[in-house]
Amino acid sequence: MKTEPNKSLRQFQQVHEILEANGNNKARLIPILQQVQEAYRFLPPQVLTYIATALGMPIAEVYGVATFYAHFTLEAKGKYVIKACDGTACHVKGSSKLLDTLYDTLKVTPKKNTTDDMMFTVEAVSCLGACGLAPVMMVNDKVYGEVSSDRCREILKAIMEEESVVKE
Amino acid sequence: MSENLKTIMKTMNKATLEKIRDEYKSASGAVSKRIIVCAGTGCIANGSLAVYDALKEAVEKSGASLFVELELDQHDCKDKVHLSNSGCQGFCAQGPLVNILPDETMYVKVKPEDALEIIQKTVLNNEVIDRLLYVNPANGEQSRGQLDIPFYKLQNRLVLGECGHVDPENIREYISHNGYFAAEKSYNTMTDEQVCDTILESGLRGRGGGGFPTGRKWHLTRVVEADKKYVICNGDEGDPGAFMDRSLMEGNPHRVIEGMMIAARAINADEGYVYVRLEYPLAVKRMRKAIEDALEAGILGDNVFGSGRTMHIHVMEGAGAFVCGEETALMASIEGKRGMPMPKPPFPAECGLFEKPTVINNVETLAAVPLIVRNGAAWFNQYGTATSKGTKTFALTGHVANTGLIEVPFGTTLREIVFNIGGGVMDNDGKISSKGFKAVQIGGPSGGCLTVEDMDLPLDYDNLIAKGAMVGSGGLVVMNQESCMIQIARFFMNFTQNESCGKCLPCREGTKQMLALLDDIIEGNATMKTMDLLEEVGHVVKKASLCGLGKTAPSPVLSTIAKFREEYVEHIERKHCSTNNCKALMDITIDAEKCIGCTACARKCPVNAISGEKKKPHSIDPALCIKCGECHKACKFNAVMGF
Repeated sequence: MKTEPNKSLRQFQQVHEILEANGNNKARLIPILQQVQEAYRFLPPQVLTYIATALGMPIAEVYGVATFYAHFTLEAKGKYVIKACDGTACHVKGSSKLLDTLYDTLKVTPKKNTTDDMMFTVEAVSCLGACGLAPVMMVNDKVYGEVSSDRCREILKAIMEEESVVKE
Repeated sequence: MSENLKTIMKTMNKATLEKIRDEYKSASGAVSKRIIVCAGTGCIANGSLAVYDALKEAVEKSGASLFVELELDQHDCKDKVHLSNSGCQGFCAQGPLVNILPDETMYVKVKPEDALEIIQKTVLNNEVIDRLLYVNPANGEQSRGQLDIPFYKLQNRLVLGECGHVDPENIREYISHNGYFAAEKSYNTMTDEQVCDTILESGLRGRGGGGFPTGRKWHLTRVVEADKKYVICNGDEGDPGAFMDRSLMEGNPHRVIEGMMIAARAINADEGYVYVRLEYPLAVKRMRKAIEDALEAGILGDNVFGSGRTMHIHVMEGAGAFVCGEETALMASIEGKRGMPMPKPPFPAECGLFEKPTVINNVETLAAVPLIVRNGAAWFNQYGTATSKGTKTFALTGHVANTGLIEVPFGTTLREIVFNIGGGVMDNDGKISSKGFKAVQIGGPSGGCLTVEDMDLPLDYDNLIAKGAMVGSGGLVVMNQESCMIQIARFFMNFTQNESCGKCLPCREGTKQMLALLDDIIEGNATMKTMDLLEEVGHVVKKASLCGLGKTAPSPVLSTIAKFREEYVEHIERKHCSTNNCKALMDITIDAEKCIGCTACARKCPVNAISGEKKKPHSIDPALCIKCGECHKACKFNAVMGF
């Protein structure tokens, strides 16, 4: 396969800008990774290498940080990241049912948690801090409270319908 | 911000603060009505932003004049309606909440469709809409507002005081509630030593869990000579079931900033970090906005209140690691490293962030500081018990009627919190049940359980430690009789197992083994030796781990064993879970009255455990049953019981 000569350069342009904006500062590694992940939706290995070289750090150290924190992912996530809360309050109010509904409806598992069309990723998180409304789930930055299995299916359906409209 | 205001703020000192406060107060005193819509995470999730928009539209339609932001000129405000958002008002289960002042009328579960009626009746004609008032589920009594709803009436909201009232994105409103006066006082009229002494005298102890005296921590950092010092606000609220820090950062971010400024003054630091959990995007946004506004107003910056001192604050977002709530791990994370704890000493007071002396305090601790400096140590001292001064916020959740965020003085009993403020325990169907109370889990994954016996125990740091629990960050999860305590213990064990950073063996491997032992109990593979081993491993993990995460990880297990030993024995010896939560131990039976003998279940059963004649009730042989649930799925009459 032929590659365009400038393609790889263009790929790193955004990373380069993020590094510049953070002053190529080693101590800002976590914000840098956050911003890169926001731009690419995940942390591709070649980008980690690029960051390590730019900051003058061993690749292993950058990789170590990227794999330590739950937020960072080395695999591409879906467009909609669904965080289902499994904190104490949600747990006692039945969050495991909610998770089952998500897994069943989207046909994903805890191990393979992204749908094939790269639309949804399902994650169980420890606490979203909206315990008064348990069980809670979050779709990207939007929080939904008191999510029953039925309500969960409705929310997913609404997103899917919206997406199919966009596609057409 | 108007040009006029910008000029005033250029010379930020006490007189400027007073001017802003007085002008804002008289302006807000002149408006005819103030409508406050709760915009905490909980109420937003329930749709409060749509309610806000609908109210705005309804005011405009009605012809009344509306303010979204108050202007300084008070003549303009006369007879107008002031509509604003607030941070968390605490009563999350009843959201979206709309509070109308000066009447003190509070509407609960408001929908956008109600907006027009609220404006026409309540705002313009002072009529109360009964339909939207809070009704106490325990006795059916209706309450008008925060002054008579038991949930609020029985609280002592000091730290949460302005939270849920002020507009978190309006710095002038914070100043109008005497905000930043304490910071000004500490920078211009007090010495660093005096600030530390005041906090020490107040008896304030760390609200993040440890309970170390804040004043002493500050003194230790103050006396270290260094060219650079840092203040860190720990907003990495990871305990599942706790959300007081989120509410404070969302609802009153300026109070947190003011607390950080005073801490910086006390130790002579000039830079601070607020470390906020990634899961709290709204808190990040509001903290950032508040810092920008304080900087623009000349409160933060290179010449704080004309004292010649510098103070800058940055917001750092976490990346999803519970262990970063531990102070040394948190500092490693700010430095861009893996968030792993370091042995202490050296303590952060000597060698903290970037190897400089650092004070690190929890959000709630810092939010209490401005009140103490403003009102004096003795004022703060009057609340609480002999060893635990002041008030504590608790996140009251689980099987309780009024879930939400509460604040009570230390020494309040569990009975008061659960039954009077919380409105009583609910069963799984959402009904109040008088005998439903089983336990309260306090302090999250580091804490333990309290039971009926502890109902009248005054809650404070030391009483809870004595009971094998801890205040922790203040999560209070109420559980009813239908909850299985072994499942709860397993839940926390699974949590700490996942979040163990892996640095030291007792925590990394010990939690894994404890989890496996708990699974044995839940799956019916345990003997009484399993429980002895579980306790033994628990004590090792507790003694031999490096940081707080490992040291307290066995607490939920040890505490449930101590309080609910019989329930463990029941699981182990009788292979039975009386609350029917453990799938492998369930009693699965066929209800003879519902069963019509269609044989659908018997045909599906993979192990032929179901027998019976056609058209007659069937039965399950428990010795053969593997509890796969196929019979339950096959039955059209809901006759298979136990799932």
